[in-house]
Amino acid sequence: MDLNLNDEHSMGTTIIGVTYDGGVVLGADSRTSTGMYVANRASDKITQLTDNVYVCRSGSAADSQIVSDYVRYFLHQHTIQLGQPATVKVAANLVRLMAYNNKNMLQTGLIVGGWDKYEGGKIYGIPLGGTIVEQPFAIGGSGSSYLYGFFDQAWKEGMTKDEAEQLVVKAVSLAIARDGASGGVVRTVIINADGVTRNFHPGDSLQLWHEELEPQNSLLDILNTASPEPMNF
Amino acid sequence: MEQKPFSRGLLSSEADSQRTLYPYVTGTSVVALKYKDGILMAADMGGSYGSTLRYKTVERMKSIGKHSLLGASGELSDFQEILRYLDELILYDNMWDDGNSLGPKEVHSYLTRVMYNRRNKFNPLWNSLVLGGVKNGQKYLGMVSMIGVNFEDDHVATGFGNHLARPILREEWHENLSFEDGVKLLEKCMRVLLYRDRSAVNKLQIAKITDEGVTVSQPYSLKTFWGFSAFSNPTAGAEGSW
Repeated sequence: MDLNLNDEHSMGTTIIGVTYDGGVVLGADSRTSTGMYVANRASDKITQLTDNVYVCRSGSAADSQIVSDYVRYFLHQHTIQLGQPATVKVAANLVRLMAYNNKNMLQTGLIVGGWDKYEGGKIYGIPLGGTIVEQPFAIGGSGSSYLYGFFDQAWKEGMTKDEAEQLVVKAVSLAIARDGASGGVVRTVIINADGVTRNFHPGDSLQLWHEELEPQNSLLDILNTASPEPMNF
Repeated sequence: MEQKPFSRGLLSSEADSQRTLYPYVTGTSVVALKYKDGILMAADMGGSYGSTLRYKTVERMKSIGKHSLLGASGELSDFQEILRYLDELILYDNMWDDGNSLGPKEVHSYLTRVMYNRRNKFNPLWNSLVLGGVKNGQKYLGMVSMIGVNFEDDHVATGFGNHLARPILREEWHENLSFEDGVKLLEKCMRVLLYRDRSAVNKLQIAKITDEGVTVSQPYSLKTFWGFSAFSNPTAGAEGSW
Protein backbone atom coordinates (compact mmCIF):
# COMPACT_ATOMS: atom_id res chain seq x y z
CA MET A 1 0.00 0.00 0.00
CA ASP A 2 1.73 3.11 -1.27
CA LEU A 3 1.29 6.23 0.86
CA ASN A 4 2.38 8.47 -2.02
CA LEU A 5 3.34 11.46 0.11
CA ASN A 6 3.88 13.59 -2.99
CA ASP A 7 0.20 13.68 -3.91
CA GLU A 8 -1.55 17.02 -3.97
CA HIS A 9 -3.09 18.11 -0.64
CA SER A 10 -6.74 17.32 -0.99
CA MET A 11 -9.50 17.91 1.47
CA GLY A 12 -11.56 14.77 0.91
CA THR A 13 -14.07 16.41 3.16
CA THR A 14 -17.60 16.70 4.24
CA ILE A 15 -19.04 20.20 4.06
CA ILE A 16 -22.57 21.32 4.87
CA GLY A 17 -24.51 24.61 4.81
CA VAL A 18 -28.03 24.83 6.27
CA THR A 19 -30.45 27.76 6.52
CA TYR A 20 -32.65 28.16 9.56
CA ASP A 21 -35.20 30.71 10.66
CA GLY A 22 -32.89 33.73 11.14
CA GLY A 23 -29.55 32.72 9.63
CA VAL A 24 -27.31 29.89 8.48
CA VAL A 25 -25.18 27.15 10.02
CA LEU A 26 -22.06 26.02 8.15
CA GLY A 27 -20.29 22.80 9.13
CA ALA A 28 -17.23 20.80 8.05
CA ASP A 29 -14.86 18.02 9.14
CA SER A 30 -11.16 18.76 9.70
CA ARG A 31 -9.15 16.22 7.70
CA THR A 32 -6.67 17.19 4.95
CA SER A 33 -4.98 14.27 3.23
CA THR A 34 -1.94 13.86 0.96
CA GLY A 35 -2.71 10.55 -0.70
CA MET A 36 -3.32 8.16 2.17
CA TYR A 37 -1.52 10.25 4.79
CA VAL A 38 -3.47 12.71 6.92
CA ALA A 39 -1.46 15.89 6.47
CA ASN A 40 -3.57 17.96 8.86
CA ARG A 41 -6.07 16.43 11.30
CA ALA A 42 -7.37 19.77 12.59
CA SER A 43 -7.83 21.92 9.50
CA ASP A 44 -10.30 24.75 9.33
CA LYS A 45 -12.29 24.43 6.14
CA ILE A 46 -14.76 27.19 6.92
CA THR A 47 -13.10 30.37 5.73
CA GLN A 48 -14.14 33.96 6.20
CA LEU A 49 -14.83 36.07 3.11
CA THR A 50 -16.37 39.08 4.88
CA ASP A 51 -17.75 39.77 8.37
CA ASN A 52 -21.06 38.24 7.37
CA VAL A 53 -20.17 35.69 4.64
CA TYR A 54 -18.17 32.49 5.03
CA VAL A 55 -17.30 29.71 2.59
CA CYS A 56 -16.89 25.95 3.13
CA ARG A 57 -14.06 24.55 1.04
CA SER A 58 -13.69 21.05 -0.44
CA GLY A 59 -11.55 19.36 -3.09
CA SER A 60 -8.04 20.61 -3.73
CA ALA A 61 -6.78 22.52 -0.69
CA ALA A 62 -4.63 24.83 -2.82
CA ASP A 63 -7.38 25.64 -5.32
CA SER A 64 -10.00 26.39 -2.69
CA GLN A 65 -7.58 28.54 -0.68
CA ILE A 66 -6.55 30.67 -3.65
CA VAL A 67 -10.16 31.13 -4.78
CA SER A 68 -11.20 32.29 -1.31
CA ASP A 69 -8.16 34.60 -1.10
CA TYR A 70 -9.04 36.29 -4.40
CA VAL A 71 -12.72 36.58 -3.49
CA ARG A 72 -11.88 38.02 -0.06
CA TYR A 73 -9.68 40.63 -1.80
CA PHE A 74 -12.40 41.59 -4.29
CA LEU A 75 -15.10 41.65 -1.63
CA HIS A 76 -12.98 43.93 0.55
CA GLN A 77 -12.73 46.45 -2.28
CA HIS A 78 -16.42 46.03 -3.09
CA THR A 79 -17.39 46.71 0.55
CA ILE A 80 -15.34 49.92 0.59
CA GLN A 81 -16.86 51.12 -2.66
CA LEU A 82 -20.40 50.11 -1.71
CA GLY A 83 -20.17 51.68 1.76
CA GLN A 84 -21.96 48.80 3.45
CA PRO A 85 -21.52 45.03 3.99
CA ALA A 86 -21.57 42.93 0.83
CA THR A 87 -24.58 40.68 0.31
CA VAL A 88 -24.26 36.90 0.31
CA LYS A 89 -25.46 36.86 -3.31
CA VAL A 90 -22.61 39.10 -4.44
CA ALA A 91 -20.03 37.00 -2.60
CA ALA A 92 -21.42 33.79 -4.08
CA ASN A 93 -21.43 35.22 -7.58
CA LEU A 94 -17.80 36.30 -7.28
CA VAL A 95 -16.92 32.76 -6.26
CA ARG A 96 -18.92 31.48 -9.23
CA LEU A 97 -17.02 33.76 -11.62
CA MET A 98 -13.68 32.40 -10.46
CA ALA A 99 -14.90 28.80 -10.54
CA TYR A 100 -16.50 29.11 -13.97
CA ASN A 101 -13.77 31.06 -15.75
CA ASN A 102 -11.07 28.71 -14.50
CA LYS A 103 -13.06 25.52 -14.73
CA ASN A 104 -10.35 23.67 -16.67
CA MET A 105 -7.80 24.11 -13.92
CA LEU A 106 -9.70 24.17 -10.65
CA GLN A 107 -10.90 21.20 -8.72
CA THR A 108 -12.84 22.60 -5.83
CA GLY A 109 -16.45 22.50 -4.68
CA LEU A 110 -17.60 25.33 -2.43
CA ILE A 111 -20.58 26.24 -0.27
CA VAL A 112 -21.04 29.97 0.36
CA GLY A 113 -23.22 30.92 3.31
CA GLY A 114 -23.98 34.08 5.24
CA TRP A 115 -26.48 36.64 6.43
CA ASP A 116 -27.33 40.07 5.05
CA LYS A 117 -30.06 42.55 5.93
CA TYR A 118 -31.88 42.24 2.61
CA GLU A 119 -32.33 38.47 2.21
CA GLY A 120 -31.47 37.12 5.67
CA GLY A 121 -29.66 33.78 5.80
CA LYS A 122 -28.75 32.29 2.40
CA ILE A 123 -26.77 29.26 1.19
CA TYR A 124 -25.30 28.96 -2.32
CA GLY A 125 -23.74 25.74 -3.64
CA ILE A 126 -20.99 26.05 -6.24
CA PRO A 127 -19.94 22.57 -7.45
CA LEU A 128 -17.27 21.65 -10.01
CA GLY A 129 -17.78 23.51 -13.27
CA GLY A 130 -19.00 26.75 -11.70
CA THR A 131 -22.76 26.24 -11.61
CA ILE A 132 -24.38 28.39 -8.89
CA VAL A 133 -27.43 26.97 -7.09
CA GLU A 134 -29.24 28.70 -4.24
CA GLN A 135 -30.58 26.07 -1.82
CA PRO A 136 -32.20 25.86 1.61
CA PHE A 137 -29.36 23.48 2.48
CA ALA A 138 -26.28 22.24 0.63
CA ILE A 139 -23.87 19.34 1.09
CA GLY A 140 -20.52 18.82 -0.59
CA GLY A 141 -17.22 16.98 -0.57
CA SER A 142 -16.58 13.26 -0.79
CA GLY A 143 -18.41 12.58 2.48
CA SER A 144 -21.60 14.10 1.15
CA SER A 145 -22.34 10.93 -0.85
CA TYR A 146 -23.32 9.29 2.43
CA LEU A 147 -25.65 12.12 3.42
CA TYR A 148 -28.12 12.44 0.55
CA GLY A 149 -30.48 9.90 2.05
CA PHE A 150 -29.99 11.30 5.56
CA PHE A 151 -30.96 14.83 4.53
CA ASP A 152 -33.86 13.65 2.36
CA GLN A 153 -35.30 12.24 5.57
CA ALA A 154 -34.07 14.62 8.29
CA TRP A 155 -34.28 18.07 6.71
CA LYS A 156 -37.28 20.26 7.44
CA GLU A 157 -38.17 23.93 6.88
CA GLY A 158 -38.16 26.44 9.73
CA MET A 159 -35.74 24.83 12.17
CA THR A 160 -34.39 26.79 15.11
CA LYS A 161 -30.71 27.68 15.43
CA ASP A 162 -30.04 24.83 17.85
CA GLU A 163 -31.95 22.27 15.76
CA ALA A 164 -29.98 23.33 12.68
CA GLU A 165 -26.62 23.10 14.44
CA GLN A 166 -27.47 19.68 15.88
CA LEU A 167 -28.47 18.47 12.42
CA VAL A 168 -25.19 19.68 10.93
CA VAL A 169 -23.05 18.11 13.66
CA LYS A 170 -24.94 14.81 13.37
CA ALA A 171 -24.56 14.78 9.60
CA VAL A 172 -20.84 15.54 9.51
CA SER A 173 -20.30 12.94 12.22
CA LEU A 174 -22.19 10.30 10.18
CA ALA A 175 -20.15 11.12 7.10
CA ILE A 176 -16.89 10.90 9.04
CA ALA A 177 -17.95 7.42 10.17
CA ARG A 178 -18.09 6.15 6.58
CA ASP A 179 -15.83 8.39 4.48
CA GLY A 180 -12.11 7.70 4.82
CA ALA A 181 -11.33 11.12 3.45
CA SER A 182 -13.26 12.88 6.22
CA GLY A 183 -12.31 12.89 9.88
CA GLY A 184 -11.14 14.77 12.93
CA VAL A 185 -13.41 17.30 14.60
CA VAL A 186 -16.64 18.93 13.50
CA ARG A 187 -16.40 22.69 13.15
CA THR A 188 -19.52 24.81 12.84
CA VAL A 189 -20.02 28.50 12.11
CA ILE A 190 -23.38 30.13 12.83
CA ILE A 191 -24.10 33.42 11.05
CA ASN A 192 -27.12 35.61 11.78
CA ALA A 193 -28.15 39.20 12.48
CA ASP A 194 -26.31 39.13 15.82
CA GLY A 195 -23.02 38.11 14.28
CA VAL A 196 -20.86 35.02 13.89
CA THR A 197 -20.29 32.15 16.34
CA ARG A 198 -17.61 29.51 15.84
CA ASN A 199 -18.02 26.15 17.56
CA PHE A 200 -15.75 23.19 17.95
CA HIS A 201 -17.05 19.66 18.45
CA PRO A 202 -14.19 17.27 19.19
CA GLY A 203 -14.49 13.64 18.05
CA ASP A 204 -15.04 12.28 21.56
CA SER A 205 -18.07 14.54 22.13
CA LEU A 206 -19.98 13.07 19.19
CA GLN A 207 -22.51 10.28 19.46
CA LEU A 208 -21.47 6.74 18.56
CA TRP A 209 -22.74 5.07 15.44
CA HIS A 210 -23.06 1.45 14.29
CA GLU A 211 -20.11 -0.76 15.20
CA GLU A 212 -18.35 2.06 17.03
CA LEU A 213 -17.29 1.46 20.61
CA GLU A 214 -16.97 3.76 23.59
CA PRO A 215 -13.35 5.00 23.58
CA GLN A 216 -11.22 3.82 26.52
CA ASN A 217 -7.85 4.83 27.93
CA SER A 218 -6.65 1.24 28.03
CA LEU A 219 -7.71 -2.41 28.01
CA LEU A 220 -6.54 -2.50 31.59
CA ASP A 221 -9.35 -0.23 32.65
CA ILE A 222 -11.88 -2.60 31.10
CA LEU A 223 -10.35 -5.61 32.78
CA ASN A 224 -10.22 -3.91 36.13
CA THR A 225 -13.84 -2.85 36.09
CA ALA A 226 -15.07 -6.22 34.84
CA SER A 227 -16.36 -8.80 37.39
CA PRO A 228 -13.69 -11.08 38.89
CA GLU A 229 -13.86 -13.89 36.35
CA PRO A 230 -10.97 -15.74 34.77
CA MET A 231 -9.73 -13.66 31.83
CA ASN A 232 -10.82 -15.06 28.47
CA PHE A 233 -8.52 -14.09 25.67
CA MET B 1 -2.17 34.79 -31.52
CA GLU B 2 -0.81 36.34 -28.33
CA GLN B 3 -3.07 37.63 -25.60
CA LYS B 4 -1.88 40.34 -23.25
CA PRO B 5 -1.37 39.06 -19.71
CA PHE B 6 -4.10 40.25 -17.29
CA SER B 7 -6.27 41.03 -20.34
CA ARG B 8 -9.10 39.26 -18.61
CA GLY B 9 -8.12 40.63 -15.21
CA LEU B 10 -7.43 38.44 -12.25
CA LEU B 11 -10.67 36.50 -12.52
CA SER B 12 -9.59 34.08 -15.29
CA SER B 13 -6.41 32.91 -16.96
CA GLU B 14 -5.47 32.89 -20.65
CA ALA B 15 -4.40 29.25 -20.67
CA ASP B 16 -7.86 27.88 -20.16
CA SER B 17 -9.54 28.48 -23.50
CA GLN B 18 -7.42 25.98 -25.40
CA ARG B 19 -9.15 22.75 -24.54
CA THR B 20 -12.49 20.99 -24.77
CA LEU B 21 -14.11 20.53 -21.43
CA TYR B 22 -16.36 17.86 -20.03
CA PRO B 23 -19.66 18.56 -18.34
CA TYR B 24 -20.09 18.28 -14.56
CA VAL B 25 -23.62 19.27 -13.59
CA THR B 26 -26.03 18.45 -16.39
CA GLY B 27 -29.68 18.79 -17.26
CA THR B 28 -31.46 16.15 -19.30
CA SER B 29 -34.03 16.38 -22.13
CA VAL B 30 -36.08 19.38 -23.20
CA VAL B 31 -39.15 18.76 -25.40
CA ALA B 32 -41.10 21.42 -27.27
CA LEU B 33 -43.86 21.70 -29.85
CA LYS B 34 -45.87 24.29 -31.78
CA TYR B 35 -49.56 24.45 -30.99
CA LYS B 36 -52.50 26.61 -32.05
CA ASP B 37 -51.62 29.76 -30.05
CA GLY B 38 -47.83 29.43 -29.88
CA ILE B 39 -45.19 27.15 -28.38
CA LEU B 40 -45.27 24.68 -25.50
CA MET B 41 -42.02 23.52 -23.91
CA ALA B 42 -41.35 21.03 -21.12
CA ALA B 43 -38.27 20.21 -19.06
CA ASP B 44 -37.72 18.53 -15.73
CA MET B 45 -35.99 20.32 -12.88
CA GLY B 46 -33.07 17.95 -12.40
CA GLY B 47 -29.35 18.75 -12.26
CA SER B 48 -27.31 15.53 -12.33
CA TYR B 49 -23.74 15.22 -11.13
CA GLY B 50 -22.58 12.15 -13.02
CA SER B 51 -24.92 9.41 -11.95
CA THR B 52 -26.05 11.23 -8.80
CA LEU B 53 -29.34 13.11 -9.04
CA ARG B 54 -27.88 15.99 -7.10
CA TYR B 55 -30.15 19.00 -7.65
CA LYS B 56 -33.88 18.64 -7.98
CA THR B 57 -35.13 22.21 -8.33
CA VAL B 58 -33.20 23.67 -11.25
CA GLU B 59 -35.09 25.88 -13.71
CA ARG B 60 -33.91 24.86 -17.15
CA MET B 61 -36.32 27.09 -19.07
CA LYS B 62 -36.04 30.87 -18.91
CA SER B 63 -37.85 33.65 -20.75
CA ILE B 64 -35.73 35.89 -22.97
CA GLY B 65 -37.05 39.39 -23.64
CA LYS B 66 -40.76 39.60 -24.37
CA HIS B 67 -41.10 37.05 -27.12
CA SER B 68 -38.86 34.05 -26.48
CA LEU B 69 -38.22 31.13 -24.16
CA LEU B 70 -34.92 29.27 -23.90
CA GLY B 71 -34.70 25.69 -22.66
CA ALA B 72 -31.34 23.99 -22.17
CA SER B 73 -29.89 20.57 -21.50
CA GLY B 74 -26.24 19.86 -20.82
CA GLU B 75 -23.82 21.68 -18.52
CA LEU B 76 -25.75 24.03 -16.25
CA SER B 77 -22.89 26.46 -15.63
CA ASP B 78 -22.66 27.07 -19.38
CA PHE B 79 -26.44 27.61 -19.52
CA GLN B 80 -26.13 30.18 -16.72
CA GLU B 81 -23.40 31.93 -18.72
CA ILE B 82 -25.55 31.92 -21.88
CA LEU B 83 -28.36 33.56 -19.88
CA ARG B 84 -25.92 36.33 -18.93
CA TYR B 85 -24.93 36.85 -22.60
CA LEU B 86 -28.61 37.05 -23.52
CA ASP B 87 -29.27 39.46 -20.65
CA GLU B 88 -26.71 41.80 -22.14
CA LEU B 89 -28.11 41.31 -25.65
CA ILE B 90 -31.65 42.16 -24.54
CA LEU B 91 -30.42 45.10 -22.46
CA TYR B 92 -28.61 46.68 -25.38
CA ASP B 93 -31.64 46.04 -27.57
CA ASN B 94 -33.88 47.82 -25.07
CA MET B 95 -31.48 50.74 -24.84
CA TRP B 96 -32.07 51.57 -28.51
CA ASP B 97 -35.56 52.49 -27.32
CA ASP B 98 -36.81 52.32 -30.88
CA GLY B 99 -39.95 50.33 -30.34
CA ASN B 100 -38.42 47.22 -31.87
CA SER B 101 -37.56 44.15 -29.79
CA LEU B 102 -35.55 41.05 -30.59
CA GLY B 103 -37.77 38.15 -31.64
CA PRO B 104 -37.13 34.42 -31.38
CA LYS B 105 -35.59 34.18 -34.84
CA GLU B 106 -32.97 36.80 -33.96
CA VAL B 107 -32.18 35.26 -30.58
CA HIS B 108 -31.85 31.84 -32.21
CA SER B 109 -29.49 33.26 -34.78
CA TYR B 110 -27.37 34.92 -32.09
CA LEU B 111 -27.15 31.69 -30.11
CA THR B 112 -26.19 29.73 -33.23
CA ARG B 113 -23.28 32.09 -33.90
CA VAL B 114 -22.12 31.93 -30.28
CA MET B 115 -22.25 28.11 -30.17
CA TYR B 116 -20.60 27.62 -33.55
CA ASN B 117 -17.77 30.08 -32.88
CA ARG B 118 -17.01 28.45 -29.51
CA ARG B 119 -16.95 25.06 -31.25
CA ASN B 120 -14.42 26.39 -33.75
CA LYS B 121 -12.12 27.38 -30.91
CA PHE B 122 -12.42 23.90 -29.39
CA ASN B 123 -14.04 25.42 -26.31
CA PRO B 124 -17.75 24.63 -26.66
CA LEU B 125 -20.60 25.61 -24.41
CA TRP B 126 -21.74 22.12 -23.54
CA ASN B 127 -25.47 22.59 -24.13
CA SER B 128 -28.31 21.69 -26.46
CA LEU B 129 -30.59 24.69 -26.62
CA VAL B 130 -34.27 24.94 -27.58
CA LEU B 131 -35.44 28.38 -28.50
CA GLY B 132 -39.18 29.00 -28.90
CA GLY B 133 -41.22 32.14 -29.31
CA VAL B 134 -44.06 34.06 -30.92
CA LYS B 135 -43.76 37.52 -32.41
CA ASN B 136 -46.52 39.29 -34.28
CA GLY B 137 -48.48 36.08 -34.54
CA GLN B 138 -45.59 34.19 -36.09
CA LYS B 139 -44.63 31.01 -34.20
CA TYR B 140 -40.97 29.97 -34.14
CA LEU B 141 -39.29 26.89 -32.69
CA GLY B 142 -35.61 26.14 -33.18
CA MET B 143 -32.70 24.15 -31.77
CA VAL B 144 -28.93 24.70 -31.50
CA SER B 145 -26.48 22.00 -30.46
CA MET B 146 -23.09 22.40 -28.79
CA ILE B 147 -21.35 22.11 -32.14
CA GLY B 148 -23.51 24.78 -33.77
CA VAL B 149 -25.91 22.55 -35.70
CA ASN B 150 -29.15 24.50 -35.87
CA PHE B 151 -32.58 24.07 -37.41
CA GLU B 152 -36.21 24.88 -36.86
CA ASP B 153 -39.13 22.51 -36.81
CA ASP B 154 -42.70 21.99 -35.57
CA HIS B 155 -41.44 19.88 -32.66
CA VAL B 156 -37.96 19.43 -31.19
CA ALA B 157 -36.28 17.55 -28.37
CA THR B 158 -32.78 17.31 -26.87
CA GLY B 159 -30.78 14.44 -25.42
CA PHE B 160 -32.79 11.31 -24.69
CA GLY B 161 -35.84 13.15 -25.95
CA ASN B 162 -34.47 12.76 -29.45
CA HIS B 163 -34.80 9.01 -29.18
CA LEU B 164 -37.87 8.65 -27.02
CA ALA B 165 -40.01 11.76 -27.52
CA ARG B 166 -39.58 12.55 -31.22
CA PRO B 167 -41.12 9.29 -32.48
CA ILE B 168 -44.19 10.01 -30.34
CA LEU B 169 -44.35 13.57 -31.65
CA ARG B 170 -43.94 12.44 -35.24
CA GLU B 171 -46.97 10.16 -34.88
CA GLU B 172 -49.25 12.36 -32.79
CA TRP B 173 -48.40 15.99 -33.53
CA HIS B 174 -50.61 17.92 -35.91
CA GLU B 175 -51.21 21.57 -36.83
CA ASN B 176 -53.45 23.58 -34.52
CA LEU B 177 -53.24 21.45 -31.42
CA SER B 178 -55.27 22.92 -28.60
CA PHE B 179 -53.50 23.92 -25.37
CA GLU B 180 -54.91 20.89 -23.55
CA ASP B 181 -53.91 18.43 -26.29
CA GLY B 182 -50.45 20.00 -26.51
CA VAL B 183 -49.91 19.68 -22.77
CA LYS B 184 -51.15 16.06 -22.78
CA LEU B 185 -48.82 15.22 -25.65
CA LEU B 186 -45.83 16.78 -23.87
CA GLU B 187 -46.73 14.97 -20.65
CA LYS B 188 -46.90 11.69 -22.57
CA CYS B 189 -43.33 12.32 -23.78
CA MET B 190 -42.11 13.38 -20.35
CA ARG B 191 -43.63 10.30 -18.71
CA VAL B 192 -41.81 7.98 -21.12
CA LEU B 193 -38.61 9.88 -20.38
CA LEU B 194 -39.24 9.47 -16.67
CA TYR B 195 -39.57 5.70 -17.10
CA ARG B 196 -36.62 5.26 -19.42
CA ASP B 197 -34.06 8.06 -18.79
CA ARG B 198 -31.91 7.41 -15.73
CA SER B 199 -31.17 11.08 -15.27
CA ALA B 200 -34.82 12.16 -15.34
CA VAL B 201 -36.33 13.55 -12.16
CA ASN B 202 -40.05 13.58 -11.35
CA LYS B 203 -40.48 17.31 -11.01
CA LEU B 204 -41.17 19.25 -14.16
CA GLN B 205 -42.38 22.52 -15.56
CA ILE B 206 -44.29 23.26 -18.75
CA ALA B 207 -43.90 26.67 -20.37
CA LYS B 208 -46.24 28.40 -22.78
CA ILE B 209 -45.38 31.20 -25.19
CA THR B 210 -48.07 33.07 -27.08
CA ASP B 211 -48.40 36.54 -28.50
CA GLU B 212 -49.38 37.68 -25.01
CA GLY B 213 -46.08 36.60 -23.51
CA VAL B 214 -44.27 33.83 -21.67
CA THR B 215 -45.55 31.83 -18.68
CA VAL B 216 -43.72 29.02 -16.92
CA SER B 217 -45.90 26.69 -14.84
CA GLN B 218 -45.28 25.87 -11.19
CA PRO B 219 -43.23 22.70 -10.62
CA TYR B 220 -45.33 19.52 -10.49
CA SER B 221 -44.92 15.71 -10.61
CA LEU B 222 -46.42 13.12 -12.93
CA LYS B 223 -48.19 9.94 -11.84
CA THR B 224 -46.54 6.76 -13.04
CA PHE B 225 -48.11 3.39 -13.70
CA TRP B 226 -46.74 0.13 -12.39
CA GLY B 227 -49.89 -1.98 -12.04
CA PHE B 228 -49.33 -4.32 -14.96
CA SER B 229 -49.79 -8.00 -14.22
CA ALA B 230 -46.59 -8.72 -16.11
CA PHE B 231 -44.74 -6.49 -13.64
CA SER B 232 -45.84 -8.19 -10.46
CA ASN B 233 -44.33 -11.57 -11.23
CA PRO B 234 -42.10 -11.32 -14.29
CA THR B 235 -39.95 -14.38 -13.64
CA ALA B 236 -42.80 -16.77 -12.79
CA GLY B 237 -42.28 -18.95 -15.81
CA ALA B 238 -38.50 -18.69 -15.89
CA GLU B 239 -36.77 -18.36 -12.53
CA GLY B 240 -33.64 -16.23 -12.62
CA SER B 241 -34.68 -14.37 -15.80
CA TRP B 242 -35.51 -10.71 -15.77
